[in-house]
Amino acid sequence: MILQDIQQEFGYLPPFALERAANKLGISPSQVYNVATFYSSFSLTERGRHLIKICDGTACHLRGSVNIRGELKRQLGIGAGQTTSDKEFTLEEVACLGACALAPVMTIDSEYHGSMTMDKVKAKLDQYK
Amino acid sequence: MRLQVRKENLVKLASPEQLESCRSELQAARRQDKPCITICGGTGCRAGRGLDVARVFRDILKKKQFDRKVDVQITGCHGFCERGPLVVIQPKGILYVSVTPDDVQEIIVASIEHDEVVERLTYKDPGTKKRIFHEMEIPFYANQQRIVLANNGKLDPANIDDYIAVSGYASLAKVLTRMQSDEIVELMGKSGLRGRGGGGFPTGRKWRACREAAGYPKYVLCNGDEGDPGAFMDRSIMEGNPHSVLEGMAIGAYAIGSDRGYIYVRHEYPLAVENLGIAIRQAEEYGLLGNNILGTDFSFKVRISRGAGAFVCGESTALMASIEGFSGEPRAKHIHTSEKGVFGKPTTLNNVETWANVPLIIDKGWEWFANMGTKTSTGTKVFSLVGKVKNTGLVEVPMGITLRHIIFDIGGGVAANRSFKAVQTGGPSGGCLPENQLDLPVDFDRLTEAGSMMGSGGMIVMDDRTCMVEVARYFTHFLSKESCGKCTACREGLLRMYELLDGITSGRGTIEQVELLEEVGLYVRDNSLCGLGKTAANPTLSTLKYFRDEYKAHVVDKKCPAGVCKELTTFDIDVKICTGCGKCVKSCPVEAITGKKKAPHSISQDKCIKCGMCREVCPFNAVITL
Repeated sequence: MILQDIQQEFGYLPPFALERAANKLGISPSQVYNVATFYSSFSLTERGRHLIKICDGTACHLRGSVNIRGELKRQLGIGAGQTTSDKEFTLEEVACLGACALAPVMTIDSEYHGSMTMDKVKAKLDQYK
Repeated sequence: MRLQVRKENLVKLASPEQLESCRSELQAARRQDKPCITICGGTGCRAGRGLDVARVFRDILKKKQFDRKVDVQITGCHGFCERGPLVVIQPKGILYVSVTPDDVQEIIVASIEHDEVVERLTYKDPGTKKRIFHEMEIPFYANQQRIVLANNGKLDPANIDDYIAVSGYASLAKVLTRMQSDEIVELMGKSGLRGRGGGGFPTGRKWRACREAAGYPKYVLCNGDEGDPGAFMDRSIMEGNPHSVLEGMAIGAYAIGSDRGYIYVRHEYPLAVENLGIAIRQAEEYGLLGNNILGTDFSFKVRISRGAGAFVCGESTALMASIEGFSGEPRAKHIHTSEKGVFGKPTTLNNVETWANVPLIIDKGWEWFANMGTKTSTGTKVFSLVGKVKNTGLVEVPMGITLRHIIFDIGGGVAANRSFKAVQTGGPSGGCLPENQLDLPVDFDRLTEAGSMMGSGGMIVMDDRTCMVEVARYFTHFLSKESCGKCTACREGLLRMYELLDGITSGRGTIEQVELLEEVGLYVRDNSLCGLGKTAANPTLSTLKYFRDEYKAHVVDKKCPAGVCKELTTFDIDVKICTGCGKCVKSCPVEAITGKKKAPHSISQDKCIKCGMCREVCPFNAVITL
């Protein structure tokens, strides 16, 4: 819960905050680190201004999410888990966004973009630049 | 249906009688004949700008001063996500599909001002090419039996009054006033309700064990960590009808003697968290949750616990560890969680859909429920029908109907009229069933016998352009990443399996490796600690069982028959078929296709990234794999 709030506030878990959380809770930093690295929604590195999540759930996978990810990589020059050098975009691959009927799907920040095709990718990115 | 009957600074409902009089007031205020425009507010339709459609409806109605005569309601998910955003004009039940904000004016003029229908926005049956106007006449809905999802498209999830008006919380009032707790447990047992999260454990037995366990406090948990890729049933219930889950939990709490509970929701579902939060607050304000519910001695408080992105947390003991704030690692269940669960106390954990069934069973009786479905799997089940199928969306059917009925009658068959290859049920650790299993009745036991499982209800259709080896690689990759790492069989075994599968799909595989893969798979199945590990080899084992030829093609012929595995596929254009229409040229992201207009095109193999887009778009099937 506490880590979720920190993540929400900073967009990632800065080391000083992890230490503070451990002190407050009266547990060792390694225990906090255990939780922080176990769950995929926590990030230990700083993220870009916009967070792109490309869904690789089963439905999206079958309908070609791999190609969408490839196109994002071509456009942004980054792979999953990386941030562009201008700190504009962070690309993450997630297991399932739960909007399987719209496959393949990606979200930019919290907005859903469904039935993605490779030629739509650039236009979508331009909206956020 | 937007009339506010209860005033601000409302008083808590202090008795079941007050709930009933509140209900009659609400029903009286909702005139049945008043036109109401319902717009699906599920995640799918929201992604298609459904909320913009709703806003434009409200704006135009206001401008035309119709806003008092016509209601606009944003409801939960209707389930026909393929055609969203969905708009239904009540009371007639006219359905408009794929509505954009630009269509709104036309709909208002036709359906509200005149008694007409905008034909171009109605549903067109892809088979008969006929237009169907009424929502419930569309084969997608007509072939379903909706009980859990029945109210999803009828009520605003953010308004408790809507739920009360459709008999909401009547079952809770019934058990509080007229039933003993052991009577409820007995009734659940007789109904035959089994856990909808995947395990299929009889709910009545679970409750009895927890009721009889010693210890205080006892906890009631709802598992909303729907982590299976390709499944979104629980999401739509939590988002669309959150009170049905809360009412079920309150009844369960009363039956086992608990006064507190948690709903564990995965973090990818922000709308579910929001709607559940609103629902809990409203129910507390009405005195339907919290202390002394409906003036009785029964108290029950619910909190939401947000997940943080770990598939394994759908497993019961891992979920409990996660609620306690630890890493979600499962533990061996030598002592059942009904005796020693979250915080070491007796705990009852059920899945979202299971809880949502509870008020219905109390209301309509166990006989009603037991009469649906098969002898050992009673009631209905919600499936999320996705993948290469025409009508994707949420489907609720009685247990025991065949896969063929679901995929072809409700789902409309395979998308783009390609041929059916397999259906995958049971989430990532389920199995893939081939065409000769299509007449299998869908229930807990029969699916397990066939080498798959019910799981939570994902149903993913695959066509002849799906590579089964690659599917096994995909699931095994997912599962190896999500393995919590506690036991060796799952942690190491899945990783080795993934390496083998990755090799096979990249063209490095040998026939001995296929045999080794099977051996490791059986080892993982037999030696893992928790349910996830025990089933994690299913995708591999079931594809080896039913699609061994495809594995052989990969390792012996070094070809991917489906044209998916990039290293084993070469795309080419059949010059005899190609008409030179140029569609493939436009679709190619790397400009690898060239050719003069109306003359056969060709693919430059150096540039080709084997994405297969040209094959998808070619209207003449001229793109072939070598």
